[in-house]
Amino acid sequence: MAYSAKEEKPLPDPASYQILPLGDAAIVVKFGDTIDRNLHRKIQAMETYFADHFLKGMIEQVPAYATLTIYYDPLQRSFRDLAEELRGIITELVDAPEPNPRIVEIPVSYGGEFGPDLDFVARHNSLKTDDVIQIHSASDYMVYMIGFAPGFPYLGGMSQQIAAPRRDSPRLQIPVGSVGIAGTQTGVYPIETPGGWQLIGRTPIELFRPQENPPTLLRAGDIVRFRPITTEEYTSLRATSQ
Amino acid sequence: MSIRVIRPGLLTTIQDLGRYGFQQFGVIVSGAMDPLALRISNLLVGNEHHEAVLEITLSGPSLLFEQETLIAITGADLSAVIDGQAVPLWRPIWVRQGSLLEFGSPLCGCRAYLSVAGGFDVPIVMHSCSTYLRAGLGGIDGRALQSGDVLNLRGASPCASQQMKRMSERGSEHPFVATDWFAGLDLADYADDPTIRVMSGGQYDWFNDESRESFVSQSFSITRQSDRMGYRLAGPTLRFIRPRELISEAVTMGTIQIPPEGQPIILMADRPTTGGYAKIAQVATVDIPVLAQLKPGAKIRFLMISVEEAQGLYRSREAMVRRLGCGISQMNL
Repeated sequence: MAYSAKEEKPLPDPASYQILPLGDAAIVVKFGDTIDRNLHRKIQAMETYFADHFLKGMIEQVPAYATLTIYYDPLQRSFRDLAEELRGIITELVDAPEPNPRIVEIPVSYGGEFGPDLDFVARHNSLKTDDVIQIHSASDYMVYMIGFAPGFPYLGGMSQQIAAPRRDSPRLQIPVGSVGIAGTQTGVYPIETPGGWQLIGRTPIELFRPQENPPTLLRAGDIVRFRPITTEEYTSLRATSQ
Repeated sequence: MSIRVIRPGLLTTIQDLGRYGFQQFGVIVSGAMDPLALRISNLLVGNEHHEAVLEITLSGPSLLFEQETLIAITGADLSAVIDGQAVPLWRPIWVRQGSLLEFGSPLCGCRAYLSVAGGFDVPIVMHSCSTYLRAGLGGIDGRALQSGDVLNLRGASPCASQQMKRMSERGSEHPFVATDWFAGLDLADYADDPTIRVMSGGQYDWFNDESRESFVSQSFSITRQSDRMGYRLAGPTLRFIRPRELISEAVTMGTIQIPPEGQPIILMADRPTTGGYAKIAQVATVDIPVLAQLKPGAKIRFLMISVEEAQGLYRSREAMVRRLGCGISQMNL
């Protein structure tokens, strides 16, 4: 197994990786610098493995696009010692089969009060608003990672046809459940937060569920499908989800 | 019986050592900004070191003790008084029922930690009592203290109950009694314009020679845009060799990110779980408490050390905390 020192471009050997420290209490396994489904499969394989095989001193793990970070207790492990163990494990893991993804449907009421920027996104792409809704709800989106805020999914797979720049000035409060677009990314806001994304709709489903375990609707590796609903359906689904 | 909040202070929240185990779901860790002061505060009143305490920021609350209890205040010196008399820090304090604890001006440091024997009776949400304001999680209904709040206390440990009984017998005339010994201040090693030890970050090599040199040779000041989420610093502008984009990955307490404008951000307790800015360095865990006590305007310098050195420092610090814990329990016996 090559221990690659290069990080400039997508690694030619898909099995190449680096092991790096994130300070004195976390270690990062890095498979590259790109957002890529095949590469992400390795992250998923590792995440699945470590969910069942807790390493000595391990506290938790955070999968991202191209990295898996493991937090550990430096009283129990040194960086060197943990890096050595990880190398042994990863060699066995890289050919793990693709896990069967869960498919999660997220109902969205597009436009109107819930999606004040739908018109902007349509105009920006010379489309009708109905086309934006059709395109946004036609794709399968993969959840690469959850981060930024509790339950916030980083989704891959949005069509370039509905890409739109961030707002010039961010909104101070984005309502819970807002579905937004920023560049070629799309996402759903699980908690009320400031943000600069273009808002095209809102879901009545709660993404952050602090009383449940896991506390989020979505997990890394899931496939998301958006389903257009009417404001009436939004209201009744909202009532039943609370 | 309980503690009644008369005035909440600037930002007083319930914190423990943080909400671990859920970062992969984007759940922010939170917890004490100065975990060392929190742990020592707990040890002084016979609690487990990780028990939830009040984190008090700069301008403290007024708290009415509706029951007698044993408390300790560690971290910043925010001019604590009980019924008008100055309260010493870093030691167990017996507080008489009906006494009023107030705070004055911040003399030294930024955040004080008030523990009570037995701990505060607040719900455990996702393995932690820590308050995360933005998601309304933990602590008291996910928010900071408010006037009129009533904080219920759990029962003190047998050892703390003994200590309380002995101290109360000495203090029939007084609103509080403090031990004449104190512990832990030397461990905390606070300084006004400190040198913070760091390790190189994942994108250290992305920065040009001049920026890497400036990072360790010049000082940076803490700006007013600094809070529990992170500190924005002002100093020499740090630049890449050539423009590059990082895809998001995990960040942690003490991660030093450089956004495109070139001024560092040090991520603190309420940091997001992931970030997409280049990481020039990472603060050694042992120096987080020093950072946590800095106010806007403070100047810091960075000193580069290796991961092995940082882990060595961490192990010696933990050994000292263990010895301190043993020492305190013998004093309290």
